[in-house]
Amino acid sequence: MTTEQNIEDILIPILEKVSDPEIPVLSIMDMGVVRSAKVINEIVKVEITPTYSGCPAMDVIGDDIKSAMKNAGYNTEVDLILHPAWTTDWITPRGRRALEDYGIAAPLEAEADKEVLLNGKQLVKCTNCGSTNTRMVSQFGSTACKAQFQCNDCHEPFDYFKCLK
Amino acid sequence: MNSNLYNYILGIADNSLILGQRLGELCGHGPTLETDIAGTNISLDLFGQVRSYFQYAAKIAGDGRTEDDIAMLRKEREYKNVLLVEQPNTNFAYTIGRQFLFDAYHLSFLKELQKSADLTLSAIANKSIKEVSYHERFSSDWVKRLGDGTDESKAKMQEAINDLWMYTDELFHQTDADKVMVEESVGVDVTKLKDDYYNYVSEVLEEAGLIVPESKYFHKGGKQGIHTEHLGYLLADLQYMQRTYPNMEW
Repeated sequence: MTTEQNIEDILIPILEKVSDPEIPVLSIMDMGVVRSAKVINEIVKVEITPTYSGCPAMDVIGDDIKSAMKNAGYNTEVDLILHPAWTTDWITPRGRRALEDYGIAAPLEAEADKEVLLNGKQLVKCTNCGSTNTRMVSQFGSTACKAQFQCNDCHEPFDYFKCLK
Repeated sequence: MNSNLYNYILGIADNSLILGQRLGELCGHGPTLETDIAGTNISLDLFGQVRSYFQYAAKIAGDGRTEDDIAMLRKEREYKNVLLVEQPNTNFAYTIGRQFLFDAYHLSFLKELQKSADLTLSAIANKSIKEVSYHERFSSDWVKRLGDGTDESKAKMQEAINDLWMYTDELFHQTDADKVMVEESVGVDVTKLKDDYYNYVSEVLEEAGLIVPESKYFHKGGKQGIHTEHLGYLLADLQYMQRTYPNMEW
């Protein structure tokens, strides 16, 4: 007989301690990549959604989930779920604040994002001084999910987390 | 195993694999830091998409083959990518021209693949299209920048488009696997994408101040595994590690 237990209350605090290796301040729960966590026949099954197809962090996140669960006494299987595709809307408000504190501007809404990346509109706030007098340096940044920006006022270079919908 | 579906998936994935490898060659060699990062970011997206396709293909094959075997251990004739994507990074204008001519196709292809009756393919398309929209923004933007730039950048961009144009028609050729998959509502009828493609591409080229080539001579063969001389060298690089140290892992 299959025994399925939904004990997310116990599993979630464990998952909250796992973070994106590229953005250590952001837990995978706040990033919105965890779809479900269940215990089936005494094995924890975690479903995660990749942010970008080629994101090398996904393999590391899978391994980190397994080792965090192991420390808590669980054996774990991690499955990648492609559909529905991850969107930056799934980053939680707490996740957005963590990004900003870390020096990464949080994603704007889709339309504003397009205006910024394509038409050079100044809508992205500098994470250092808060000015929107900023410019895009490069549409692609240090990882697939980010673009590079610089503040025209305080001259701080910073990353902007691109909107993905 | 459903060999039509298997071949169909490889036909899609090989385009991304070979283009991803070409872009990867630019790692550390891009003309500016930003374009270098952009090229490798696009390459990374394409490889990620390839992994999803090949994992699915390996499951269909069901004979112990892995995604890596499919990527690394085929012979040249077994790669089904279009000739366009294997063309070399002659200069930045060629890299951008090749990217734009492929992205415009890729985007319209994925739009249709999202409607596939095969749920795995539609999920991969659904995921990939978001990434490919960024690629197309980047490449069309650069076509305009170079075309509308200096006399020299314009001349180089025009030359690249003229040279690469003869590889565009093949994008819209149907293979045998295509036909079966279209009938089963799994595949995309690429012949139907052609008119919109040329309209859109012409629009961008005109906006860039470039002349739309009129040549009616087109090369084909990639989809049947008959490639230009460039693919062998690319594969020698791509497969080096697996051929030299079989089954190595890291």
